[in-house]
Amino acid sequence: MDALDVADLSFRYGRKEALKGVSFHVAPGEFCALLGPNGAGKSTLFALLTRLFVARQGRIAVMGQDLQAAPRAALARMGVVFQQMTLDLDLSVARNLAYFGALHGLSRREAALRASEVLERLDMAERAGEKARDLNGGHRRRLEIARALMHRPRLLLLDEPTVGLDARSRAAITAHVHGLARDDGLAVLWATHLVDEVTPSDTVLILHQGQILQRGRAQDIAPEHGLAAHFMALTEEPTA
Amino acid sequence: MSPYLRAMTAILGREALRFLTQRERFLAALVRPLVWLLVFAAGFRAALGLSIIPPYQTYITYEVYIVPGLVAMILLFNAMQSALSLVYDREMGSMRLLLTAPLPRWWLLFCKLLAGVLVSILQAYAFLAIAYFYGIRLPPMGYVWVLPALLIAGMMLGAVGLFLASTIRQLENFAGVMNFVIFPVFFLSTALYPLWRMAESSTLLRDICAWNPFTHAVELIRFALYLRLNLEALGWVALTFAVFMGLALWGFDPARGMMNRKTR
Ligand SMILES: Nc1ncnc2c1ncn2[C@@H]1O[C@H](COP(=O)(O)OP(=O)(O)OP(=O)(O)O)[C@@H](O)[C@H]1O
Ligand SMILES: [Mg+2]
Repeated sequence: MDALDVADLSFRYGRKEALKGVSFHVAPGEFCALLGPNGAGKSTLFALLTRLFVARQGRIAVMGQDLQAAPRAALARMGVVFQQMTLDLDLSVARNLAYFGALHGLSRREAALRASEVLERLDMAERAGEKARDLNGGHRRRLEIARALMHRPRLLLLDEPTVGLDARSRAAITAHVHGLARDDGLAVLWATHLVDEVTPSDTVLILHQGQILQRGRAQDIAPEHGLAAHFMALTEEPTA
Repeated sequence: MSPYLRAMTAILGREALRFLTQRERFLAALVRPLVWLLVFAAGFRAALGLSIIPPYQTYITYEVYIVPGLVAMILLFNAMQSALSLVYDREMGSMRLLLTAPLPRWWLLFCKLLAGVLVSILQAYAFLAIAYFYGIRLPPMGYVWVLPALLIAGMMLGAVGLFLASTIRQLENFAGVMNFVIFPVFFLSTALYPLWRMAESSTLLRDICAWNPFTHAVELIRFALYLRLNLEALGWVALTFAVFMGLALWGFDPARGMMNRKTR
Protein backbone atom coordinates (compact mmCIF):
# COMPACT_ATOMS: atom_id res chain seq x y z
CA MET A 1 0.00 0.00 0.00
CA ASP A 2 1.24 3.49 -0.76
CA ALA A 3 1.75 5.82 2.16
CA LEU A 4 0.40 8.71 0.14
CA ASP A 5 -1.78 8.46 -2.90
CA VAL A 6 -2.90 11.59 -4.72
CA ALA A 7 -5.15 11.30 -7.73
CA ASP A 8 -6.24 13.99 -10.16
CA LEU A 9 -6.08 16.83 -7.66
CA SER A 10 -7.06 20.29 -8.87
CA PHE A 11 -7.49 23.50 -6.96
CA ARG A 12 -8.18 27.10 -7.78
CA TYR A 13 -8.09 30.34 -5.80
CA GLY A 14 -10.98 32.20 -7.32
CA ARG A 15 -10.06 32.15 -10.98
CA LYS A 16 -6.43 31.33 -10.48
CA GLU A 17 -5.66 27.66 -11.03
CA ALA A 18 -3.05 26.67 -8.48
CA LEU A 19 -3.06 22.90 -9.10
CA LYS A 20 -4.12 21.13 -12.26
CA GLY A 21 -4.78 17.39 -12.25
CA VAL A 22 -1.94 16.45 -9.92
CA SER A 23 -1.42 12.70 -9.41
CA PHE A 24 1.44 10.90 -7.67
CA HIS A 25 2.17 8.45 -4.90
CA VAL A 26 4.84 7.95 -2.27
CA ALA A 27 5.73 4.49 -0.97
CA PRO A 28 6.89 3.65 2.56
CA GLY A 29 10.61 4.29 2.89
CA GLU A 30 10.62 6.55 -0.15
CA PHE A 31 12.09 10.04 0.01
CA CYS A 32 10.17 12.09 -2.49
CA ALA A 33 11.47 15.57 -3.28
CA LEU A 34 8.79 17.89 -4.57
CA LEU A 35 10.81 20.35 -6.62
CA GLY A 36 9.10 23.51 -7.71
CA PRO A 37 10.00 27.16 -8.16
CA ASN A 38 8.23 29.93 -6.21
CA GLY A 39 4.53 29.89 -6.85
CA ALA A 40 4.53 26.38 -8.29
CA GLY A 41 1.79 25.30 -5.91
CA LYS A 42 3.78 23.43 -3.27
CA SER A 43 2.18 25.08 -0.26
CA THR A 44 -1.24 24.78 -1.82
CA LEU A 45 -0.66 21.06 -2.23
CA PHE A 46 0.43 20.81 1.41
CA ALA A 47 -2.64 22.68 2.59
CA LEU A 48 -4.81 20.19 0.73
CA LEU A 49 -2.83 17.24 2.06
CA THR A 50 -3.28 18.48 5.64
CA ARG A 51 -6.94 19.28 5.04
CA LEU A 52 -6.67 22.95 5.86
CA PHE A 53 -8.98 23.20 2.91
CA VAL A 54 -10.38 20.71 0.47
CA ALA A 55 -10.33 20.55 -3.28
CA ARG A 56 -13.49 20.15 -5.31
CA GLN A 57 -11.75 17.68 -7.55
CA GLY A 58 -9.39 14.86 -6.75
CA ARG A 59 -8.65 12.27 -4.12
CA ILE A 60 -6.05 12.00 -1.36
CA ALA A 61 -5.39 8.86 0.67
CA VAL A 62 -2.89 8.36 3.49
CA MET A 63 -2.04 4.72 4.19
CA GLY A 64 -5.23 3.81 2.41
CA GLN A 65 -7.37 6.19 4.48
CA ASP A 66 -9.29 8.65 2.37
CA LEU A 67 -8.75 12.19 3.64
CA GLN A 68 -12.24 13.25 2.72
CA ALA A 69 -14.14 10.21 3.99
CA ALA A 70 -11.99 9.46 7.05
CA PRO A 71 -10.09 12.65 7.83
CA ARG A 72 -9.17 11.74 11.37
CA ALA A 73 -7.72 8.35 10.46
CA ALA A 74 -5.74 9.96 7.66
CA LEU A 75 -4.47 12.85 9.81
CA ALA A 76 -3.42 10.47 12.57
CA ARG A 77 -1.04 8.80 10.11
CA MET A 78 0.73 11.92 8.91
CA GLY A 79 3.24 14.26 10.46
CA VAL A 80 3.60 17.80 9.13
CA VAL A 81 6.24 20.50 9.18
CA PHE A 82 4.77 23.68 7.76
CA GLN A 83 6.65 26.27 5.78
CA GLN A 84 6.15 28.83 8.54
CA MET A 85 7.34 28.02 12.02
CA THR A 86 4.65 26.88 14.42
CA LEU A 87 6.45 26.52 17.75
CA ASP A 88 5.43 28.21 20.97
CA LEU A 89 8.60 30.15 21.48
CA ASP A 90 7.93 30.98 25.12
CA LEU A 91 7.46 27.36 26.08
CA SER A 92 10.18 24.80 26.61
CA VAL A 93 11.08 22.15 24.08
CA ALA A 94 9.49 19.49 26.29
CA ARG A 95 6.27 21.50 26.65
CA ASN A 96 5.99 22.01 22.93
CA LEU A 97 6.22 18.27 22.45
CA ALA A 98 3.85 17.45 25.31
CA TYR A 99 1.21 19.81 23.91
CA PHE A 100 1.34 18.18 20.52
CA GLY A 101 1.32 14.68 22.00
CA ALA A 102 -1.85 15.45 23.92
CA LEU A 103 -3.52 16.81 20.79
CA HIS A 104 -2.86 13.41 19.32
CA GLY A 105 -4.35 11.60 22.27
CA LEU A 106 -1.16 10.51 24.04
CA SER A 107 -1.20 10.25 27.82
CA ARG A 108 1.24 12.39 29.72
CA ARG A 109 3.56 9.47 30.43
CA GLU A 110 3.42 8.16 26.91
CA ALA A 111 4.08 11.64 25.55
CA ALA A 112 7.11 12.09 27.81
CA LEU A 113 8.53 8.76 26.65
CA ARG A 114 8.00 9.59 23.02
CA ALA A 115 9.43 13.07 23.49
CA SER A 116 12.75 11.73 24.68
CA GLU A 117 12.65 9.18 21.89
CA VAL A 118 12.13 11.72 19.10
CA LEU A 119 14.60 14.20 20.57
CA GLU A 120 17.15 11.40 20.72
CA ARG A 121 16.38 10.56 17.10
CA LEU A 122 17.18 14.14 16.06
CA ASP A 123 20.24 14.46 18.31
CA MET A 124 18.60 17.02 20.54
CA ALA A 125 18.17 15.03 23.75
CA GLU A 126 20.10 17.53 25.85
CA ARG A 127 17.83 20.41 24.86
CA ALA A 128 14.55 19.21 26.35
CA GLY A 129 14.56 21.84 29.07
CA GLU A 130 15.46 24.83 26.92
CA LYS A 131 13.01 27.45 25.83
CA ALA A 132 12.19 27.16 22.15
CA ARG A 133 13.14 30.82 21.77
CA ASP A 134 16.69 30.04 22.83
CA LEU A 135 17.20 27.50 20.04
CA ASN A 136 18.89 28.56 16.83
CA GLY A 137 17.02 28.31 13.54
CA GLY A 138 18.37 24.88 12.69
CA HIS A 139 17.40 23.43 16.04
CA ARG A 140 13.97 24.98 15.90
CA ARG A 141 13.38 23.19 12.64
CA ARG A 142 14.70 19.95 14.04
CA LEU A 143 12.35 20.35 16.98
CA GLU A 144 9.46 20.76 14.58
CA ILE A 145 10.48 17.57 12.84
CA ALA A 146 10.78 15.78 16.16
CA ARG A 147 7.33 17.02 17.08
CA ALA A 148 5.89 15.76 13.80
CA LEU A 149 7.13 12.28 14.75
CA MET A 150 5.50 12.19 18.20
CA HIS A 151 2.45 10.25 17.09
CA ARG A 152 4.54 7.84 14.97
CA PRO A 153 3.15 8.79 11.59
CA ARG A 154 3.88 6.71 8.52
CA LEU A 155 4.05 9.75 6.26
CA LEU A 156 6.05 12.91 6.89
CA LEU A 157 5.28 16.11 4.98
CA LEU A 158 7.78 18.97 5.02
CA ASP A 159 7.23 22.26 3.22
CA GLU A 160 10.58 23.93 2.48
CA PRO A 161 12.01 22.94 5.86
CA THR A 162 15.46 24.39 5.25
CA VAL A 163 14.53 27.90 4.21
CA GLY A 164 16.60 30.50 6.00
CA LEU A 165 19.07 28.04 7.52
CA ASP A 166 22.82 28.06 7.14
CA ALA A 167 24.61 25.38 5.12
CA ARG A 168 25.52 23.26 8.12
CA SER A 169 22.00 23.17 9.55
CA ARG A 170 20.55 22.45 6.12
CA ALA A 171 22.88 19.53 5.63
CA ALA A 172 22.10 18.17 9.10
CA ILE A 173 18.34 18.35 8.57
CA THR A 174 18.48 16.89 5.09
CA ALA A 175 20.57 14.01 6.40
CA HIS A 176 18.25 13.41 9.35
CA VAL A 177 15.17 13.18 7.22
CA HIS A 178 16.85 10.93 4.67
CA GLY A 179 17.71 8.72 7.62
CA LEU A 180 14.08 8.62 8.71
CA ALA A 181 13.05 7.33 5.30
CA ARG A 182 15.90 4.84 4.98
CA ASP A 183 16.04 3.46 8.52
CA ASP A 184 12.51 3.87 9.82
CA GLY A 185 10.61 3.23 6.61
CA LEU A 186 8.87 6.58 6.75
CA ALA A 187 7.43 7.94 3.54
CA VAL A 188 8.68 11.50 3.09
CA LEU A 189 7.36 14.29 0.90
CA TRP A 190 9.86 17.12 0.99
CA ALA A 191 9.01 20.32 -0.85
CA THR A 192 11.90 22.49 -1.92
CA HIS A 193 13.30 24.56 -4.71
CA LEU A 194 16.86 23.69 -3.79
CA VAL A 195 18.16 20.93 -5.99
CA ASP A 196 21.20 20.21 -3.82
CA GLU A 197 18.98 18.69 -1.14
CA VAL A 198 18.19 15.78 -3.42
CA THR A 199 20.30 12.63 -3.33
CA PRO A 200 20.59 10.37 -6.41
CA SER A 201 18.32 7.63 -5.05
CA ASP A 202 15.48 10.03 -4.11
CA THR A 203 12.34 10.27 -6.13
CA VAL A 204 11.89 13.65 -7.75
CA LEU A 205 8.57 15.25 -8.61
CA ILE A 206 8.86 18.41 -10.62
CA LEU A 207 5.94 20.74 -10.08
CA HIS A 208 5.58 23.82 -12.21
CA GLN A 209 2.62 26.16 -12.54
CA GLY A 210 0.39 23.68 -10.79
CA GLN A 211 1.30 20.69 -12.92
CA ILE A 212 3.59 17.73 -12.40
CA LEU A 213 6.06 17.85 -15.27
CA GLN A 214 8.13 14.86 -14.37
CA ARG A 215 8.44 12.04 -11.86
CA GLY A 216 11.30 9.63 -11.46
CA ARG A 217 14.45 8.69 -9.59
CA ALA A 218 16.87 11.58 -9.45
CA GLN A 219 19.66 9.51 -10.99
CA ASP A 220 17.43 8.48 -13.89
CA ILE A 221 16.16 11.97 -14.62
CA ALA A 222 19.53 13.63 -14.92
CA PRO A 223 23.18 12.67 -14.56
CA GLU A 224 24.82 13.43 -11.24
CA HIS A 225 25.13 17.21 -10.75
CA GLY A 226 22.98 17.70 -13.83
CA LEU A 227 19.69 17.92 -11.94
CA ALA A 228 19.93 21.65 -11.34
CA ALA A 229 20.37 22.46 -15.00
CA HIS A 230 17.58 20.04 -15.91
CA PHE A 231 15.24 21.61 -13.36
CA MET A 232 16.02 25.12 -14.57
CA ALA A 233 15.42 24.19 -18.16
CA LEU A 234 12.10 22.50 -17.39
CA THR A 235 10.72 25.35 -15.32
CA GLU A 236 11.99 28.21 -17.41
CA GLU A 237 9.49 31.02 -17.72
CA PRO A 238 8.30 31.27 -21.32
CA THR A 239 9.65 34.49 -22.76
CA ALA A 240 6.69 35.98 -24.51
CA MET B 1 -8.92 9.87 29.51
CA SER B 2 -10.69 10.28 26.20
CA PRO B 3 -8.77 11.94 23.36
CA TYR B 4 -11.30 14.75 23.47
CA LEU B 5 -10.58 15.63 27.07
CA ARG B 6 -6.88 15.16 26.59
CA ALA B 7 -6.85 17.67 23.77
CA MET B 8 -8.95 20.08 25.81
CA THR B 9 -6.63 19.86 28.78
CA ALA B 10 -3.66 20.46 26.51
CA ILE B 11 -5.21 23.47 24.81
CA LEU B 12 -6.27 25.05 28.09
CA GLY B 13 -2.89 24.25 29.63
CA ARG B 14 -1.04 25.85 26.75
CA GLU B 15 -3.09 29.03 27.08
CA ALA B 16 -2.44 29.12 30.83
CA LEU B 17 1.31 28.76 30.31
CA ARG B 18 1.34 31.45 27.65
CA PHE B 19 -0.60 33.64 29.99
CA LEU B 20 2.00 33.17 32.71
CA THR B 21 4.78 34.13 30.33
CA GLN B 22 2.97 37.27 29.16
CA ARG B 23 2.16 39.03 32.39
CA GLU B 24 2.67 42.46 30.85
CA ARG B 25 -0.24 41.83 28.53
CA PHE B 26 -2.37 40.87 31.48
CA LEU B 27 -1.58 44.10 33.27
CA ALA B 28 -2.08 46.18 30.15
CA ALA B 29 -5.53 44.68 29.71
CA LEU B 30 -6.41 45.68 33.27
CA VAL B 31 -5.40 49.28 32.82
CA ARG B 32 -8.20 50.04 30.36
CA PRO B 33 -11.19 49.24 32.58
CA LEU B 34 -9.43 50.74 35.58
CA VAL B 35 -9.02 54.05 33.81
CA TRP B 36 -12.73 54.03 33.05
CA LEU B 37 -13.56 53.23 36.63
CA LEU B 38 -11.14 55.51 38.42
CA VAL B 39 -11.21 58.47 36.05
CA PHE B 40 -14.26 58.45 33.85
CA ALA B 41 -16.80 57.14 36.33
CA ALA B 42 -15.46 59.18 39.20
CA GLY B 43 -15.69 62.32 37.09
CA PHE B 44 -19.23 61.61 35.99
CA ARG B 45 -20.53 60.61 39.37
CA ALA B 46 -21.89 64.05 40.04
CA ALA B 47 -23.30 64.58 36.56
CA LEU B 48 -25.22 61.36 36.23
CA GLY B 49 -27.91 60.61 38.74
CA LEU B 50 -29.35 57.14 38.56
CA SER B 51 -32.72 55.96 39.70
CA ILE B 52 -33.32 52.59 41.25
CA ILE B 53 -33.66 49.90 38.60
CA PRO B 54 -33.36 46.14 38.90
CA PRO B 55 -31.25 44.42 40.04
CA TYR B 56 -30.36 47.29 42.38
CA GLN B 57 -32.47 47.84 45.47
CA THR B 58 -31.02 51.09 46.66
CA TYR B 59 -29.51 54.14 45.08
CA ILE B 60 -26.11 53.38 43.68
CA THR B 61 -23.26 55.55 42.57
CA TYR B 62 -22.26 55.67 38.94
CA GLU B 63 -19.09 53.73 39.68
CA VAL B 64 -21.14 50.86 40.98
CA TYR B 65 -23.33 51.01 37.91
CA ILE B 66 -20.56 50.66 35.36
CA VAL B 67 -18.63 47.81 36.99
CA PRO B 68 -20.54 45.05 35.14
CA GLY B 69 -20.11 46.92 31.86
CA LEU B 70 -16.38 47.20 32.42
CA VAL B 71 -16.16 43.51 33.23
CA ALA B 72 -17.91 42.79 29.93
CA MET B 73 -15.50 45.20 28.26
CA ILE B 74 -12.59 43.05 29.38
CA LEU B 75 -14.22 40.05 27.73
CA LEU B 76 -14.94 42.05 24.59
CA PHE B 77 -11.40 43.35 24.18
CA ASN B 78 -9.87 39.96 24.78
CA ALA B 79 -12.17 38.30 22.28
CA MET B 80 -11.28 40.85 19.60
CA GLN B 81 -7.61 40.61 20.42
CA SER B 82 -7.63 36.84 19.93
CA ALA B 83 -9.49 37.30 16.67
CA LEU B 84 -6.88 39.75 15.45
CA SER B 85 -3.98 37.56 16.43
CA LEU B 86 -5.53 34.89 14.22
CA VAL B 87 -5.97 37.25 11.31
CA TYR B 88 -2.47 38.54 11.84
CA ASP B 89 -0.82 35.19 11.60
CA ARG B 90 0.72 35.41 15.00
CA GLU B 91 -1.53 32.57 15.99
CA MET B 92 -2.33 31.30 12.52
CA GLY B 93 0.59 28.89 12.50
CA SER B 94 -0.43 27.34 15.77
CA MET B 95 -4.01 27.22 14.51
CA ARG B 96 -2.90 25.21 11.50
CA LEU B 97 -1.06 22.83 13.74
CA LEU B 98 -4.10 22.54 15.97
CA LEU B 99 -6.36 21.72 13.05
CA THR B 100 -4.17 18.80 11.97
CA ALA B 101 -5.03 17.02 15.22
CA PRO B 102 -7.17 13.95 14.55
CA LEU B 103 -10.29 15.35 16.21
CA PRO B 104 -13.38 17.06 14.86
CA ARG B 105 -12.77 20.64 13.94
CA TRP B 106 -15.70 21.96 15.97
CA TRP B 107 -14.25 20.45 19.10
CA LEU B 108 -10.80 21.96 18.51
CA LEU B 109 -12.27 25.39 17.85
CA PHE B 110 -14.50 25.13 20.89
CA CYS B 111 -11.52 24.29 23.12
CA LYS B 112 -9.52 27.13 21.66
CA LEU B 113 -12.38 29.50 22.39
CA LEU B 114 -12.81 28.25 25.92
CA ALA B 115 -9.10 28.68 26.60
CA GLY B 116 -9.26 32.34 25.64
CA VAL B 117 -12.37 32.89 27.74
CA LEU B 118 -10.81 31.38 30.86
CA VAL B 119 -7.93 33.83 30.61
CA SER B 120 -10.42 36.69 30.24
CA ILE B 121 -12.25 35.50 33.32
CA LEU B 122 -9.07 35.65 35.35
CA GLN B 123 -8.69 39.25 34.24
CA ALA B 124 -12.29 40.00 35.11
CA TYR B 125 -11.73 38.71 38.64
CA ALA B 126 -8.54 40.70 38.99
CA PHE B 127 -10.52 43.78 38.02
CA LEU B 128 -13.30 42.99 40.49
CA ALA B 129 -10.70 42.56 43.21
CA ILE B 130 -9.19 45.97 42.53
CA ALA B 131 -12.67 47.50 42.46
CA TYR B 132 -13.31 45.87 45.82
CA PHE B 133 -10.34 47.56 47.39
CA TYR B 134 -11.37 50.80 45.74
CA GLY B 135 -14.61 50.48 47.69
CA ILE B 136 -17.03 48.83 45.30
CA ARG B 137 -18.32 45.92 47.32
CA LEU B 138 -20.76 43.51 45.75
CA PRO B 139 -22.73 40.80 47.56
CA PRO B 140 -20.13 38.16 48.50
CA MET B 141 -22.00 35.38 46.73
CA GLY B 142 -22.21 37.57 43.65
CA TYR B 143 -18.56 36.86 42.99
CA VAL B 144 -19.47 33.18 42.69
CA TRP B 145 -22.69 33.59 40.75
CA VAL B 146 -21.02 35.73 38.17
CA LEU B 147 -18.70 32.92 37.10
CA PRO B 148 -21.16 31.10 34.84
CA ALA B 149 -22.36 34.43 33.48
CA LEU B 150 -18.79 35.38 32.59
CA LEU B 151 -18.29 32.02 30.97
CA ILE B 152 -21.26 32.20 28.66
CA ALA B 153 -20.86 35.90 27.89
CA GLY B 154 -17.19 35.28 27.14
CA MET B 155 -18.03 32.37 24.87
CA MET B 156 -20.50 34.52 22.99
CA LEU B 157 -17.99 37.30 22.42
CA GLY B 158 -15.27 34.80 21.55
CA ALA B 159 -17.52 33.20 18.95
CA VAL B 160 -18.16 36.61 17.41
CA GLY B 161 -14.40 37.18 17.26
CA LEU B 162 -13.78 33.77 15.73
CA PHE B 163 -16.40 34.45 13.13
CA LEU B 164 -14.84 37.81 12.27
CA ALA B 165 -11.42 36.20 12.02
CA SER B 166 -12.72 33.49 9.73
CA THR B 167 -14.54 35.69 7.28
CA ILE B 168 -13.71 39.34 7.32
CA ARG B 169 -10.43 40.11 5.63
CA GLN B 170 -10.79 43.86 5.85
CA LEU B 171 -10.14 44.01 9.57
CA GLU B 172 -6.66 45.15 8.82
CA ASN B 173 -5.60 46.40 12.18
CA PHE B 174 -6.60 47.08 15.69
CA ALA B 175 -7.81 50.59 14.88
CA GLY B 176 -10.25 49.14 12.38
CA VAL B 177 -11.65 46.72 14.90
CA MET B 178 -11.88 49.48 17.50
CA ASN B 179 -13.82 51.76 15.18
CA PHE B 180 -16.13 49.26 13.60
CA VAL B 181 -16.65 46.66 16.28
CA ILE B 182 -15.58 47.54 19.78
CA PHE B 183 -16.73 51.15 19.97
CA PRO B 184 -20.22 50.72 18.53
CA VAL B 185 -20.80 47.52 20.44
CA PHE B 186 -19.65 49.05 23.69
CA PHE B 187 -21.21 52.49 23.47
CA LEU B 188 -24.53 51.27 22.10
CA SER B 189 -25.13 49.08 25.10
CA THR B 190 -26.14 49.39 28.72
CA ALA B 191 -22.50 49.25 29.80
CA LEU B 192 -22.34 52.99 30.47
CA TYR B 193 -25.98 54.11 30.72
CA PRO B 194 -29.19 52.31 31.54
CA LEU B 195 -31.77 52.00 28.81
CA TRP B 196 -34.10 54.61 30.26
CA ARG B 197 -31.36 57.20 30.03
CA MET B 198 -30.78 56.35 26.40
CA ALA B 199 -34.51 56.68 25.78
CA GLU B 200 -34.42 60.23 27.12
CA SER B 201 -32.22 61.27 24.25
CA SER B 202 -33.58 59.03 21.50
CA THR B 203 -35.88 56.05 21.28
CA LEU B 204 -33.95 54.81 18.26
CA LEU B 205 -30.79 54.68 20.34
CA ARG B 206 -32.71 52.86 23.03
CA ASP B 207 -33.93 50.28 20.55
CA ILE B 208 -30.49 49.69 19.15
CA CYS B 209 -29.14 49.20 22.65
CA ALA B 210 -31.94 46.85 23.53
CA TRP B 211 -31.12 44.73 20.49
CA ASN B 212 -27.38 44.74 20.95
CA PRO B 213 -26.30 41.29 22.19
CA PHE B 214 -23.56 42.97 24.19
CA THR B 215 -26.27 44.69 26.25
CA HIS B 216 -27.56 41.28 27.17
CA ALA B 217 -24.10 40.10 28.10
CA VAL B 218 -23.73 43.13 30.35
CA GLU B 219 -27.12 42.63 31.96
CA LEU B 220 -26.52 38.93 32.48
CA ILE B 221 -23.33 39.79 34.35
CA ARG B 222 -24.98 42.67 36.23
CA PHE B 223 -27.84 40.53 37.48
CA ALA B 224 -25.57 37.63 38.37
CA LEU B 225 -23.42 39.93 40.49
CA TYR B 226 -26.57 40.60 42.54
CA LEU B 227 -27.54 36.95 42.69
CA ARG B 228 -30.28 37.24 40.14
CA LEU B 229 -30.84 35.36 36.95
CA ASN B 230 -31.86 37.49 34.00
CA LEU B 231 -33.50 34.86 31.85
CA GLU B 232 -34.13 37.11 28.91
CA ALA B 233 -30.49 38.14 28.79
CA LEU B 234 -29.39 34.54 29.16
CA GLY B 235 -31.59 33.52 26.26
CA TRP B 236 -30.24 36.22 23.98
CA VAL B 237 -26.65 35.53 24.90
CA ALA B 238 -27.07 31.79 24.34
CA LEU B 239 -28.76 32.39 21.02
CA THR B 240 -26.07 34.80 19.85
CA PHE B 241 -23.40 32.32 20.87
CA ALA B 242 -25.08 29.54 18.91
CA VAL B 243 -25.49 31.68 15.80
CA PHE B 244 -21.93 32.99 15.75
CA MET B 245 -20.39 29.65 16.67
CA GLY B 246 -22.25 28.17 13.73
CA LEU B 247 -21.03 30.93 11.46
CA ALA B 248 -17.46 30.54 12.73
CA LEU B 249 -17.54 26.79 12.07
CA TRP B 250 -18.81 27.54 8.61
CA GLY B 251 -15.99 30.04 8.18
CA PHE B 252 -13.41 27.45 9.20
CA ASP B 253 -14.98 24.69 7.14
CA PRO B 254 -12.23 23.21 4.99
CA ALA B 255 -14.56 23.22 2.02
CA ARG B 256 -14.55 26.99 1.86
CA GLY B 257 -12.60 28.71 4.30
CA MET B 258 -10.31 31.21 5.60
CA MET B 259 -7.33 28.99 5.79
CA ASN B 260 -6.52 29.64 2.16
CA ARG B 261 -5.94 33.29 2.73
CA LYS B 262 -2.70 34.46 1.25
CA THR B 263 -0.25 34.73 4.11
CA ARG B 264 1.88 37.79 4.32
N1 LIG C 1 -4.82 32.64 -0.96
C1 LIG C 1 -4.46 32.78 -2.23
N2 LIG C 1 -5.22 33.49 -3.08
C2 LIG C 1 -4.88 33.61 -4.37
N3 LIG C 1 -3.80 33.07 -4.93
C3 LIG C 1 -2.99 32.35 -4.14
C4 LIG C 1 -3.27 32.15 -2.76
N4 LIG C 1 -2.29 31.39 -2.23
C5 LIG C 1 -1.45 31.12 -3.24
N5 LIG C 1 -1.86 31.68 -4.40
C6 LIG C 1 -1.21 31.55 -5.71
O1 LIG C 1 -1.20 30.18 -6.07
C7 LIG C 1 0.03 29.82 -6.64
C8 LIG C 1 0.69 28.72 -5.84
O2 LIG C 1 1.08 29.25 -4.58
P1 LIG C 1 1.83 28.37 -3.48
O3 LIG C 1 1.96 29.19 -2.26
O4 LIG C 1 1.15 27.07 -3.37
O5 LIG C 1 3.27 28.18 -4.17
P2 LIG C 1 4.61 27.58 -3.55
O6 LIG C 1 5.08 26.58 -4.53
O7 LIG C 1 4.41 27.13 -2.17
O8 LIG C 1 5.58 28.83 -3.60
P3 LIG C 1 6.77 29.24 -2.60
O9 LIG C 1 7.99 28.52 -3.07
O10 LIG C 1 6.88 30.70 -2.81
O11 LIG C 1 6.37 28.88 -1.22
C9 LIG C 1 0.86 31.09 -6.71
O12 LIG C 1 0.71 31.64 -7.99
C10 LIG C 1 0.23 31.99 -5.67
O13 LIG C 1 0.37 33.33 -6.04
MG1 LIG D 1 5.23 27.61 -0.33
